Amino acid sequence: MKMRKLLSVAGMALLFCMLAVSVHAKEKTLVFCSEGSPEGFTPALYTSGTTFDASSRQVFDKLSMFERGTTKIVPGLATSWDVSADGTVYTFHLRKGVEFHTTPFFKPTRPFNADDVIFSFMRQYDKNHPYNKISGGSYEYFSGMSMPDLIKSIEKKDDYTVVFTLTKPNAPFIANLAMDFASIHSAEYANNMLAAKTPDEFDQKPIGTGPFVFVSYQKDSTIRYKAFDKYWAGRAKIDKLVFSITPDASVRYAKLKAGEAHVMPYPNPADLAAMKQDSNINLMEQAGLNVGYLAFNCKKEPFTNVKVRQALTMAINKTAILDAVYQGSGKVAKNPIPPTIWSYNDAVKDYTYDVAAAKKLLSEAGFANGFETDLWAMPVQRPYNPNAKRMAEMIQEDWSKIGVKAKIVSYEWGEYLKRSLAAEHSTLLLGWTGDNGDPDNFLAVLLGCDAMESSNRARWCYKPFDDLITKATQVSDQAERTKLYQQAQVVFKEQAPWVTIAHSVVFQPMSKKVVDFKIDPFGGHVFYGVDLKD
Amino acid sequence: MVQFFFRRFFHVFPAFIGVTLLTFSLIHLIPGDAVELRAGERGIDPVRHAEMKAEMGLDKPLHIQYFRYITNVFKGDLGKSYVTKKPVLEEFLTLFPATLELSLCAMMFAVLFGLPAGVIAGVKRGTPFDHTIMTVSLTGYSMPIFWWGLLMILFFSVFLGWTPVSGRLSALFWIEPQTGFMLIDTLRSDEPGAFKSALSHLILPSIVLGTIPLAVIARMTRSSMLEVLKEDYVRTARAKGLSDRRVILVHALRNALIPVITVIGLQTGVLLAGAILTETIFAWPGVGKWILESIGRRDYPAIQGGILIIATLIIFVNLGVDILYGIINPRIRYTH
Repeated sequence: MKMRKLLSVAGMALLFCMLAVSVHAKEKTLVFCSEGSPEGFTPALYTSGTTFDASSRQVFDKLSMFERGTTKIVPGLATSWDVSADGTVYTFHLRKGVEFHTTPFFKPTRPFNADDVIFSFMRQYDKNHPYNKISGGSYEYFSGMSMPDLIKSIEKKDDYTVVFTLTKPNAPFIANLAMDFASIHSAEYANNMLAAKTPDEFDQKPIGTGPFVFVSYQKDSTIRYKAFDKYWAGRAKIDKLVFSITPDASVRYAKLKAGEAHVMPYPNPADLAAMKQDSNINLMEQAGLNVGYLAFNCKKEPFTNVKVRQALTMAINKTAILDAVYQGSGKVAKNPIPPTIWSYNDAVKDYTYDVAAAKKLLSEAGFANGFETDLWAMPVQRPYNPNAKRMAEMIQEDWSKIGVKAKIVSYEWGEYLKRSLAAEHSTLLLGWTGDNGDPDNFLAVLLGCDAMESSNRARWCYKPFDDLITKATQVSDQAERTKLYQQAQVVFKEQAPWVTIAHSVVFQPMSKKVVDFKIDPFGGHVFYGVDLKD
Repeated sequence: MVQFFFRRFFHVFPAFIGVTLLTFSLIHLIPGDAVELRAGERGIDPVRHAEMKAEMGLDKPLHIQYFRYITNVFKGDLGKSYVTKKPVLEEFLTLFPATLELSLCAMMFAVLFGLPAGVIAGVKRGTPFDHTIMTVSLTGYSMPIFWWGLLMILFFSVFLGWTPVSGRLSALFWIEPQTGFMLIDTLRSDEPGAFKSALSHLILPSIVLGTIPLAVIARMTRSSMLEVLKEDYVRTARAKGLSDRRVILVHALRNALIPVITVIGLQTGVLLAGAILTETIFAWPGVGKWILESIGRRDYPAIQGGILIIATLIIFVNLGVDILYGIINPRIRYTH
């Protein structure tokens, strides 16, 4: 009898252990081999994609959001919004019953409401806000997107309605609010931290409403998250998410091959061929939301002359550059915006590579014997330009055929940015990756008259073009905006302030166990909706 | 002895000031603007640029910046990182245990293998043993760390699957750092298998980081042994009829160790320099990788603070070696 009892207890214990093991084994942990450490966990304070991957893209939500894998705007923490007839008043209706994360360091007592929206924006907007100066207090994206000038006021109408009043109509505003800097934080958590005299911790231990709850961060090593059971859009399919920080691309690839990681960003171009052949790796690819270009300094002679710009554009063999520099991972660019952005004008005809015609045009411009100039090449590798020096050498060779002698110049990256901002260059290679999928984010930021002192490195301020893109921000009808932007692209092509070179292709290697991963057009890594096969 | 100690100790101050001056001026000699780098392709308007420079304290003349920096250093304040906005000292202390753990293991590996290899090569001089050990150590010494690390990863981790590729612990273990030393933290935790995982993660980086010191120690031990073995007292010991083993280990090795200890002390600096590369390859969250990344980001306070602390450590390790030297060999105390 005693023996039987003992056996049954042992049996029960064994069953319990097996059950526990199977429950443990069933837990799905996805390991993302991230490329660097986040600067912090409050996206508004920083500008790097690495920080956004670790914060806004897993832990936070925004009022409007991008549909996963697209640039389409969908409702987020705001279920809907109304825009006044004059386009200056935006009324957001907030989602009810949205919970903030509960963690050992914060237990929310109320769901998300208008106070959280007010807090998240006023921290960046109001210089006297108690959180404005915390953690360095510089909000580069907020100012970069001209928010301080654009926003007149932000008011709470009731617990679930917030009104943004703008100084002028701005159609990309909704897209701007889907960007990382516009992540919504918990005002209650912020107040608690302020009361505890530890407001700095607010930016290191994030609390959001997003699909993953932040668990811990070991500097330069790992970031851990777990799925948020009460996520308003439904619980994530994976249970745990781990960022294993690995700066070297070859090592990331080795981790993927050894099965220590499921997803890795930014593969070495040289490894792509091997990845394609590997039966355990799924190599996804998508056209990037970027453009690599050569800008002429339109304030400097002889580039003030449109014929010179056109001639130099025609003299460049872009196909050869694509083969040699992008090695098949790029598409020839004819417009300043990539084809994945709405309003892309496919009807625009690119300049054809024609040395004789270029020479003729140059002599019409009064430079039959060519001239000497400089050609700046970036010292760093970027998705939109994997090897600027090689590209510069090829352009130098092409231009020499029409008598233009270009001297290749390069500086250390910080110095390069600084000097090009001061417009010391005659021609320079650079590029851009979009922030919010709106054409304005390319055309106004890079070519608008307002950006002459900053990101408009062509120093090109052309009224007919500027009028079109300014008007496009003032109308909210997308069809009308599309027309205006398409016209602007035609003007741009005629005036040729840039040689649009290429849009690169983004590669995303991952284990074949990963299901439903979608490449983010903004270059981010979003793990909500991703699953793991057994 | 006390006088000797103080004399050595006062030599530390000029070295310390020299290090601060050197790092400060070298960093400011590197072209590139910390503010521009943060803004990237987006660019920044001149007003905001000036504001940010002022916030970072970069708007003042260099000598004033240096004076302010050195005053703060003496108050124990190394400044705040431009990037994370956290105190540099706090960041350093969070990461230092990882570097220390790796360096100690690498040094252990170097000494455990380097000393016997050197002794064998010295005793069996001119034999194939000697040639093999010397060739291998020369190869090890000249091996670029980056290449060596990747080769080890590809062979042992990817091809054979014996060791993990990188990091300090498998992503499946969720252990909060208590001491920062992963071996201790995993031992204290109740997660089965965590200690084994931490240990296995240490193998490759320790070998890679320890390779150069191993080669140096082996070569130094060999030449020191060769010299000592020629000494009269060794001949006397042999003549007394002592066993070879006793002659070599007790009489010869003990005396041969003095220069080897100096070399081990000097290798601490080499080890910390090597840690920068090793940590980057193995994604080891230590100060080496942190300083390298800070250089890329022009995070001046982090670079200055990190280098200053490491240099101070090296200065003190060398001071320790000097003092140890004085203890082992009293003649040194009096000649200096």
